[in-house]
Amino acid sequence: MIKVRIPAQLRTLTGGVGEVAIEGSTVGEVLKGLDAAHAGFAERIFDAEGGLRRFVNVFLDEEDVRFLDGLATPVTDGQTLSIVPAVAGG
Amino acid sequence: MDFVSGLRCRECGRTYPAEALHVCDFCFGPLEVTYDYERVAATISRERIEAGPRTIWRYADLLPVTDPAPVDLGAGFTPLVRADRLAAELGLGELWIKDDTANPTGSFKDRVVSVALTKARQLGFKIAACASTGNLANSVAAHAARAGMDSVVLIPHDLERAKVTMTSVYGGRVFAVEGSYDDVNRLCAELTSEQPEWAFVNVNVRTYYAEGSKTLAFEVAEQLGWRAPDHVVVPIGSGSQLTKVAKGFQELYQVGLLDEEPSVRVSGAQAEGCSPVATAFAEGTDAIRPVKPNTIAKSLAIGNPADGWYALDTIKRSGGACAAVTDAEVLDGIRMLARTEGIFAETAGGVTIATLAKLAAQGVVRKDERVVAMVTGHGLKTVEALGDVVGPTATIAPTLDSFAEAMAADAASTQRSPT
Repeated sequence: MIKVRIPAQLRTLTGGVGEVAIEGSTVGEVLKGLDAAHAGFAERIFDAEGGLRRFVNVFLDEEDVRFLDGLATPVTDGQTLSIVPAVAGG
Repeated sequence: MDFVSGLRCRECGRTYPAEALHVCDFCFGPLEVTYDYERVAATISRERIEAGPRTIWRYADLLPVTDPAPVDLGAGFTPLVRADRLAAELGLGELWIKDDTANPTGSFKDRVVSVALTKARQLGFKIAACASTGNLANSVAAHAARAGMDSVVLIPHDLERAKVTMTSVYGGRVFAVEGSYDDVNRLCAELTSEQPEWAFVNVNVRTYYAEGSKTLAFEVAEQLGWRAPDHVVVPIGSGSQLTKVAKGFQELYQVGLLDEEPSVRVSGAQAEGCSPVATAFAEGTDAIRPVKPNTIAKSLAIGNPADGWYALDTIKRSGGACAAVTDAEVLDGIRMLARTEGIFAETAGGVTIATLAKLAAQGVVRKDERVVAMVTGHGLKTVEALGDVVGPTATIAPTLDSFAEAMAADAASTQRSPT
């Protein structure tokens, strides 16, 4: 299972929970699994082409998946995926 | 009484009340403060501003919060210095330096923090927090102390010594994070979800915070006799300041304080070691690719700039440009500004001046333009950067002979006048 951390803005979809466990072998599969478990995630984090929205960052164990293979990045049990709003800092 | 009508998502247009919100709940787009400009226009006037305090709060009618006693150390109304000697070196005509080194903690961040913490206090927050490359850390710690708020500041572990000391001295909590600024920023963005009772000035109250940068434009226009410049050069970290400077000039016209609609070219300055916006500009793309920063300009070392896309858009629509300079050019820029105008800037100021020099040489910044360069932080904050390139002319014995000998040697080596 992959641990997925949910930002406050999306916790209405998880009944207020900040962390859920999801199966999957890539970042994209986990995020789709998240939507299957808690309907509504897909339209919030994916754009019309199925990529990550411009203002959504996803980190796999502290590394931005845009520096890895994006949604195709492989994941293994015990890793943590964090969904974080991109608009912050500076 | 402020003139805020609410918050609006820049991406999808959804509206929100003026609370501690920074991104759209639906699409994660940034929220922007909206004002009732008709009511502002009916109230504001040049005379009303000129009778106000010599701080950013003289422009309270165009800020997202008003308070008879704001969280204030005296930020703003910094000198706008006519820079004829620098202009002559660069082949420019009318050049001005907006000297924001003169702010209370030595950088433009005092503008945004004064606004952010005044709003945070109004919203009921008791704890001020931030992710910072240094200047913001200094300012949040100082303003929190002034306001009697607790502070929690997170910085990368490898910041310049002065910036760490200038943050820690105020007595708040300071965490040096083993990672880059982007790591610190991600940590704070996650912490915001866990600590909703903390006001992270550049996360959950960022919407208000960012508005403080408009005062740079307000002051420049007022100090030029209520005229906008033709071209401004602004350093890019997150890109927020650049977009807000452009917005500031536009707002002044919108509320009737400028006679002519401003047409300000806005150009951006980055260091080559962290230039995601300049790279996108050069490549003609709209996509900002995040980078891993490696530059002495640590205050601008944001590899994944939150407002990068908007900064790029502002630059393009205004007819400006964006360029990047090497670390060696940054040091040249610092020394050139110091030597010609007597202003000692931090590395970010060196980025701005070196980029100005580059754009002037390329003919992008032109001799027939009234140009303003934003120098946003004090050189004492980043003295390490200059450690190897400036120092005493000579170390001498306390004797007339030793002095004469050193003077002669210097005159021979530099061709400087021996008097």
